[in-house]
Amino acid sequence: MSWEMVIGLETHVELNTESKVFCTCKTAFGAEPNTHVCPVCMGLPGALPVFNERVLHHAAMAGFALNCHVHHVSRFDRKNYFYPDLPKAYQISQFYRPICEDGWLTVQTAAGEKKIGITRIHIEEDAGKLVHDDENGTMLDMNRCGVPLIEIVSEPDLRSAEEAVAYLRKVRAILTYINVSDCRMNEGSLRCDVNLSIHHPGDPFGVRTEMKNLNSFQSVERAIQAEYDRQVAALEAGEEVVQETRRYDQKTGKTTSMRRKENSADYRYFPDPDLPEVRLTDADMEAIRAEIPTLPDARREAYRNEYGLSAYAAEQITAERWLAEYFEEAAAVAQSPVGVANLLQGEVFALMSVRATEAEKSGSSAAEGRESLPVSPTHLAKLSDLLADGRVNSSTGKKILSALFSEDCDPEAYAEAHGLFTVSDDATLTDAITRTLTENPDMVQTYRGGKVSVEKALMGKAMAVTRGKANPEKLAQMLHEALER
Amino acid sequence: MRPYPEICRLTVRELADALQTGQLTSAEITEAYLASITAQNDAIFAYLDVYAQSAREEAAASDERRRAGKPLSLLDGVPIALKDNMLVEGRKCTCASRMLKNFVSPYSATVVEKLRAAGMPLLGKLNMDEYAMGSSTENSAFGPCHNPWALNRVPGGSSGGAAAAVAAGMAPVALGSDTGGSIRQPASFCGVVGVKPAYGAVSRYGLVAFASSLDQIGPLAKTAEDAALVMDVIAGHDRRDATSDAELSPLHPLQKMETLEGLTVGLPKECFGEGLSMPVYHAVQQAAEKLRELGATVVEVSIPSLPYALSAYYVLSSAEASSNLARFDGVRYGYRVKEYADLDELYRKSREEGFGIEVKRRIMLGTFALSSGYQDQYYLKAQQARELLRYEFGLALANCDLLLTPVAPTYAYRLGEKTADPMEMYMGDLYTVPANLTGLPNVSVPCGTAQEGGETLPIGMSLLGARDSLPKLLSVAAAYERAVKPNEGIRPYEHLRRGGETA
Repeated sequence: MSWEMVIGLETHVELNTESKVFCTCKTAFGAEPNTHVCPVCMGLPGALPVFNERVLHHAAMAGFALNCHVHHVSRFDRKNYFYPDLPKAYQISQFYRPICEDGWLTVQTAAGEKKIGITRIHIEEDAGKLVHDDENGTMLDMNRCGVPLIEIVSEPDLRSAEEAVAYLRKVRAILTYINVSDCRMNEGSLRCDVNLSIHHPGDPFGVRTEMKNLNSFQSVERAIQAEYDRQVAALEAGEEVVQETRRYDQKTGKTTSMRRKENSADYRYFPDPDLPEVRLTDADMEAIRAEIPTLPDARREAYRNEYGLSAYAAEQITAERWLAEYFEEAAAVAQSPVGVANLLQGEVFALMSVRATEAEKSGSSAAEGRESLPVSPTHLAKLSDLLADGRVNSSTGKKILSALFSEDCDPEAYAEAHGLFTVSDDATLTDAITRTLTENPDMVQTYRGGKVSVEKALMGKAMAVTRGKANPEKLAQMLHEALER
Repeated sequence: MRPYPEICRLTVRELADALQTGQLTSAEITEAYLASITAQNDAIFAYLDVYAQSAREEAAASDERRRAGKPLSLLDGVPIALKDNMLVEGRKCTCASRMLKNFVSPYSATVVEKLRAAGMPLLGKLNMDEYAMGSSTENSAFGPCHNPWALNRVPGGSSGGAAAAVAAGMAPVALGSDTGGSIRQPASFCGVVGVKPAYGAVSRYGLVAFASSLDQIGPLAKTAEDAALVMDVIAGHDRRDATSDAELSPLHPLQKMETLEGLTVGLPKECFGEGLSMPVYHAVQQAAEKLRELGATVVEVSIPSLPYALSAYYVLSSAEASSNLARFDGVRYGYRVKEYADLDELYRKSREEGFGIEVKRRIMLGTFALSSGYQDQYYLKAQQARELLRYEFGLALANCDLLLTPVAPTYAYRLGEKTADPMEMYMGDLYTVPANLTGLPNVSVPCGTAQEGGETLPIGMSLLGARDSLPKLLSVAAAYERAVKPNEGIRPYEHLRRGGETA
């Protein structure tokens, strides 16, 4: 009987508020160590936390966007444990009364659409960062202490690594749509703990293990597979899976034990006496709801129904808000929204990924979001139209797009200036065909001998004669006619 | 210049008036107090740190403002001293603990900023029980403070240094902190007025936390009026303290009550039973009689849950303390053991050596009370008891203007008398912890003395009222002071006078 994996995810998301959750220090990433700190976030004696209401706004908005019940009253608790990156030796979190509960989202995988439950969303503060240095040993950067986080806890509804990653991508899509976080896994603003157990379908769930702080989609996927393999091997060898925290090592691709349950901390949660209850009125909630833009699921359906996009294309284009908005802007002025979508998914994504790789190689930081697509939606729409009209063909289209990436301009003007329009006049095409057939008599012979597949090769040669500019359909038709003559 | 012992007997009100009329300068007053401290601190050990130089500079600046006709406040130039758990930028804040022996604060508490804004020179930092945990100031890592009325006796605690300094004329007024009686009980033991304001009246920002839901800063002063004057300087909403209350009104000027007619005073019967020493019982009953003579109606009331208050207090305060004191881990500041094998040992040894026995006892008690499996039995039950007490005090105060009780079951005991038995020491907080659990304002006012072994020892009474009643409590206390003149003619200043002659 086959083993089924059961996965629940705890996703930590840094909110993009200007200032920290309990003090007025900046949250900006990448500053000089210990420059965005004050007595409060450094946990100095006598310092007191004061809640940043903006965090409440963001957390509630995330709750609404993830179909949660958002509570009118929530409260902060202290999670007590010793670690050098936690200056107060307790983390302010929400344990007993979180702000949001009972939500869900849907994921699309090869198997179709699935609804994943969300148990709760609570607000908490981030810890600092330990920096290991050969010269000075371990040092502490407290800039991140007190950066606001929400922790999104899923139900154990996920059954594969693919679903888990799809869930994370959806969380990221929704949170970036509502602009409460930039969700950059490489900067740690989206981090994930994986809880995983295995069982035979129909049996009760098995004993679960937890893998903490996975910081890329790839490591989530690989860690899940590695831990699943380990648990299957253990159970099939007659061993037990014990409840514990495990670490996934990217180098070995294996998980190793960190802490057994019997050694796990007793966090001694209790209400933080420094902070009053947090309250949201009905009016507050209405105002927050009103700010929520059309979310990816709704846009995806609209793109399918109104623009005729495929489910796959619609999913890809709605993955990020800026991209969806870009698409909508271009589609509004293009003859064919499907053409725009094809262009985006094909050549545009390819060029963006090339640029990102180049930036990485040269050590500079890659452009993010809308910045990573340096072509205006209007220009892309125009290029799409030129392609649809056959005024440029796919190979000249690529050239034009590449030029637009270097310097954005009107593609029509560019094609004009560089003579890239498709050649359709009979005389030129007839010339090209005549030349091709004359230069390749043996191929013509082969064709006429019954091996019609050489037509493709001849087409390539004819196209080359026009330096790739011929209207491919017309050229093909004229070539065919010439061969049959 | 007048001899300093004379200046040191003046009240804050009298000093403010003398500054206003030009009879005294802040420099003269400050010098007098510095001389008094020099003369007496070896014997009393009220001060852990004396800011002689900066106090002189602040006094000179104050006199300059007075000369220019631009005083910052009524109390500009009146010096003040602080319990050593309130932070002053650039100064040590030790909490009388080895853990913070060398900790220099990079910022100032809100109350300190307010004192500076009022132009009050800071005389220095006062002795206390370590982290404010204790009732006798014997838990100071730097040595106990002595009661100026009888040097072999404790001044009470944990703000023992503050009470002793005011009683001995080493500060005209001082700020203490009160989590379960730490202002009121030493005030009672040293014969001064102590105020535990309503929770939220004074910002806790920059007060090293003991138990956050119970801690309040308040004044210890010679008279009720002095306390009110200082409350007006330190009270008020602070956006840096989320538990601070914007609604509590200012105190001064106090209403001058010629008669107490129309005032109903409740005597909770649970506070006059077993465990109360006879001299205290009589002193408080006499005070009740005096209030009746002044026109008040005195009635008996009941707070049935009062017997639970002490247990609830020790569970809750210790639970919060176990979390609040976790940050003293030897990693970023404070005491760090020199040798350690690993991180766990760094934590364990630094805390083992940095904290004193009473602090460790409370951390362990509190950790236990919050532990999984025990939290329901201890922490949650204590919270329920707290709710019940709030409800019952609310009921009692619906029928009375204030409640009159003893401050402590005894007067000042001898040093070492109760250190062997922590439970006995804890029992002494029976009458004071309810005000912290309920968040209500509570004033300790001298109301008599006991004679023991040839020594005269002060006794205090406690006046407790509704959340916004502090002006009324202090007005009643002031009326009582005018009628009774408690402690008049009794000056615990033998040593001070001696010091004055030799200085």
